Amino acid sequence: MNENSVPDAARTVLTGDDIERVLTRVAFEIIEANKGTDDLVLLGIPSRGFPLAQRLAARIAATAPGNLDPASLVGQLDITMYRDDLRHSTTRTPSPTRLPAGGIEGKVVVLVDDVLYSGRTIRAALDALADWGRPRIVRLAVLVDRGHRELPIRADHVGKNLPTAKSEKVRVHLAEIDGKNEVVIEGAA
Amino acid sequence: MNYLIQQASILGGEPVDVLIADGKIAQLGSIAAAGDAQVIDARNLVLLPGLVDTHTHLREPGREDAETVETGSQAAARGGYTAVHAMANSTPVADTAGVVEQVYELGRKAGWVDVRPVGAVTVGLAGKQLSEIGAMADSRAQVKMFSDDGICVWDPLLMRRALEYVKAFDGVIAQHAQEPRLTEGAQMNEGEVSAILGMPGWPAVAEESIIARDVLLAEHVGARLHVCHVSTAGSVEIIRWAKARGIQVTAEVTPHHLLLTDEKVRTYDPVFKVNPPLRREEDVMALRAGVADGTIDVIGTDHAPHPSEAKDCEWGAAAMGMTGLETALSIVQHTLVDTGLMGWAGVARITSQVPAQIGRVADQGRPIAIGEPANLVLVDPAARWIVDPAAMATKGRNSPFAGMELPGSVRATFFHGHATVLDGQLATPRTANA
Amino acid sequence: MKHLLSTADLTREEAIAILDIAEEMRESSTRAIKKLPALRGRTVVNLFFEDSTRTRISFEAAAKRLSADVINFSAKGSSVSKGESLKDTAQTLLAIGADAVVIRHPDSGAPARLAATDWIGLPIVNAGDGTHEHPTQALLDAFTLRRQVALRDGTSPAGRGLDGLKVAIVGDILHSRVARSNLWLLNTLGAEVTMVAPPTLLPFGAGSWPCAISYDLDAVIASGVDALMMLRVQGERMNAAYFPNPREYSRYWGLDDARLAQLDASGAETLIMHPGPMNRGLEISSAAADSPRSTVLDQVTNGVAVRMASLYMLLSGDLI
Repeated sequence: MNENSVPDAARTVLTGDDIERVLTRVAFEIIEANKGTDDLVLLGIPSRGFPLAQRLAARIAATAPGNLDPASLVGQLDITMYRDDLRHSTTRTPSPTRLPAGGIEGKVVVLVDDVLYSGRTIRAALDALADWGRPRIVRLAVLVDRGHRELPIRADHVGKNLPTAKSEKVRVHLAEIDGKNEVVIEGAA
Repeated sequence: MNYLIQQASILGGEPVDVLIADGKIAQLGSIAAAGDAQVIDARNLVLLPGLVDTHTHLREPGREDAETVETGSQAAARGGYTAVHAMANSTPVADTAGVVEQVYELGRKAGWVDVRPVGAVTVGLAGKQLSEIGAMADSRAQVKMFSDDGICVWDPLLMRRALEYVKAFDGVIAQHAQEPRLTEGAQMNEGEVSAILGMPGWPAVAEESIIARDVLLAEHVGARLHVCHVSTAGSVEIIRWAKARGIQVTAEVTPHHLLLTDEKVRTYDPVFKVNPPLRREEDVMALRAGVADGTIDVIGTDHAPHPSEAKDCEWGAAAMGMTGLETALSIVQHTLVDTGLMGWAGVARITSQVPAQIGRVADQGRPIAIGEPANLVLVDPAARWIVDPAAMATKGRNSPFAGMELPGSVRATFFHGHATVLDGQLATPRTANA
Repeated sequence: MKHLLSTADLTREEAIAILDIAEEMRESSTRAIKKLPALRGRTVVNLFFEDSTRTRISFEAAAKRLSADVINFSAKGSSVSKGESLKDTAQTLLAIGADAVVIRHPDSGAPARLAATDWIGLPIVNAGDGTHEHPTQALLDAFTLRRQVALRDGTSPAGRGLDGLKVAIVGDILHSRVARSNLWLLNTLGAEVTMVAPPTLLPFGAGSWPCAISYDLDAVIASGVDALMMLRVQGERMNAAYFPNPREYSRYWGLDDARLAQLDASGAETLIMHPGPMNRGLEISSAAADSPRSTVLDQVTNGVAVRMASLYMLLSGDLI
C-alpha cells in the first residue's frame, strides 16, 4: 500500500456486502475441499473468529441435503493459555472453549479467524486443539490475510489478500460484536 | 576554649550575648569582643539549657553491636543533650554497683554528656527480688532513678516495697506500666487498626490499670513515682487526677508518641514496632494537651537503637524500639511549639529542668544565669531538615521519622562549657579533666 | 496485579476478573487433558512456615495445571527452624530461580513485608498470614457462592458480583484470616455481611468494620441468609477462656442438627460453607456438613480454579 497515505486515516477495504460475498465464496471452497459436509467442524477463534465461523456454518448447512443444524458444525476454540506472549502483554482473560456435540475426534476441523498476520495465534490454536482431541485434518480459513508471517503457516481459504505495511492496523468489525460490518486499514499512528 | 555567643534568644526571649568561660556562664547582656573567646553568631537562634533525657538505652554493656556508651552519647550531644539516663536493661543488667559504675565510667571517659545510669529495681529485671538499690545509690554513679524498663514491676507487693525502699536514698521508681497478662503476644495498639491487620492488640487498659495502681501505692507509702512513656489518653487522665490529689508522681512522654499513630503499622514496617505501641490520633492529642497543662512533666526519648537485622525482618520477629535522641527536639518543636501549645521556656522545662530534678542531676537543667554551669544548646528553629538515619551518630538506623522533613536543628551543644557540637556537627568530647 | 496480599486491595473489576478467569480454569479441569501451558517454564515456590497440607496441595495443583514447576519449601526441619531469617530464606529462593512465591506464615503481615521490601522483587501470593488474611480462600468462597447462586437462578455467573446476597460468617472471627478476607471481598462484591460470634472471639475494634455484628446465631438464621460460613474453632482456644467449654460453644454458635432442621423447615435456600478442616460436632454437625446445602467439597474443587486464576493473573501480563 501507499506508504505516504495520511496517518490514522481509516480506509475501508471490505464493505459489509463485500464481507458477505467473500464468506459465501469461502463457504463453497470449504465444501469443495471437504467434498461435502461430512465430518466438518468449524472452530472460531475468539473473539471475531467465532461469529465468522457461525456465518460460514449457516451457509454450509444450507447447501447440505436435509435439515442440517448449523450449530452442529460450529464451535469456539480459546487459545489464551497457549499464547507465546502471555508475559509481554496485559493480562488476557480467557474465553470459553465450546465444541460441537460430535466433538473433534477424527473430524475435519476448519479453524476460522478474522485476520492472519504473524501466524502465532494459529500456532497456539493448533496446540490448544491437540489438548481437546485428534482431528483427521486441520484446515485454516481467514477473512483477511495481511502477510508478514513469522511462522511457517498458511491459510487454506482466504477471503481477501491484503498487502499491508507493518505499521498499519487492520480492523475487522462484525455486527455480532461491533454493531457494523466492515474491514478497514488504519495508517501508522 | 571560651565562647562568646552573640545575639542568642534565651528561651525565645530578646537577643543577648552570652560569654562562656571556664565551663560556666561568665557574662550575660551586651558583651564587647572578649579576648580569645570564639565568637558564635547566634542571631535568630534559641538558647536553651542542655537537654536531659530521662530515658535512654545505651545498650552497653552487652549489645555493643546496637550502640555503645560512646556512640549513644554522641547521638545525645547531636540532639542537644548534655545528660542522659541510661536504662538498666543491659547485659549484664545494671542491678549492682559494679555495673552502674562501669556505665558511669564509660560515659565519663566518652565525654559527650553526663551519663547517669539507671539501676534495676529487681535482680536481673526478673521481678522477684529487689536489687541492691542502696549500693547503687551510694556508688560513684550516684543512682537516683530505678527502673525495670522494658518489663513492668508487676507484683503489687514488690512495687510497694520498691517505692518505700527508695525513699531512704531520695530515689524514684520509673515504672514501665504494662499489665503482662493483658499484653501477652501483643504486637501493636489494640483498636480498629489491629482488628484489620489481625495483630494481637495491646489494650490501653493494660497501661492505665498499672498506672492507677501505682499512683495509689505511691500515695499510700508517700514515695516518688515516675511513669515512663505514657501513651494513652486514659493514662493522662489518671495522672491528672493523681496530681490533683497531691500524689508525688511525674510522667514522661516520648517524642514518637506525640506524633505517630498506629496507622503507621498498616505498612507492617517494623521500624514502627515499639513498646508501648503507637496509639490513636485521640491519644496523641491528649498527650500533647497533657504536656501543655503540666500533667506530663518531661520528654523522655526511649532511644532504643537496634542492629539492622532486628528490624529488616517480618513484624513478628522484629525487636521493639526506635531511635530518638537526634530527632527529639525537632519533634518537640513540631508538635508543641509550632502548634502553639508552649513556648521555648516550656520546652526548657520539659526537656531539661524537670528531667534533671527527677533524676537529681546536679549541674543540669539549671537557669541560664551568671555563674551557672554552661550546659547549653543553641537551636535554629527556622531550619528544616530531612531525617536520614544513615547520617546519624547513633548506630541504630531504626528512626521512625526517616524521610520526614522536620523543623529545628541543633547548631551547638555546650557540655560544661565545652562545645560537643558546633555548626551542627559533632565537635570534640570534653576530656575528663577539662 | 503485582501481588495478592489482601482482598482489601482488589477493586470490584479485578475481583470479578479473577472469578471470571477462574470459571474458565474450572472448565479446563473437567477436560481429559487438564494441563494448560500458560506458565510453562515458570517456577512457583510454595513457602510454608506453617503446616497446611490442604492449602499447599491446592496451590501445587493450581501451579501444575498451568504447567509451572513447583518447589515446596516447608519450614519444618529446614534452616528456618535453625534461625534463618525470612529475608535470607526468600533470597535463597530467588537465587534458585523462583518466579513467584506463595507464602503461608504465622505472622500477620509477613507476605506484605516480603512484597514491600527489596528482598526479592517477585510476585507474592498470601496463602494465609497469622490472623490477618487468606485472600485466595475468600476468592474461592465468593466463586462458590456466585456459581451456586447462578445455578439456583439458572443464569451465568460470568461478569457478576454478589450484589444483595446476605452472608453470615460464624465463629472465631478474632483469630480468623478467612473472616477478614471474606469481609472485604464480600463487601467489594456487594454482599451484606453479618459476623456472628461470642463477644470474646470478636476483635476489639471490629465495630468499625463494614458489617453487622451479632451474638445470636438463631436470630441471624431466622432473618434469612443466603450462606452461612462456619469457621473452624481451633483446639487451643478451648484452653484460653474464650468460652466455657465446647458443649456450650456448640449450643450457642454451632450449626447443629437443630439449627439445620430449622433451616430445612423454613424452606430457605441457605448454603452451608466451611473453609475446612472441620471440627465435626463442634462448629458444625455431621448432618450439616454432609447435607445437600453444604458446599464444602465444591469449595475445595473451586480452590484450585481460583488459585490457577490468581497465579495466571500474577505471572502473565507485563513484566516491566
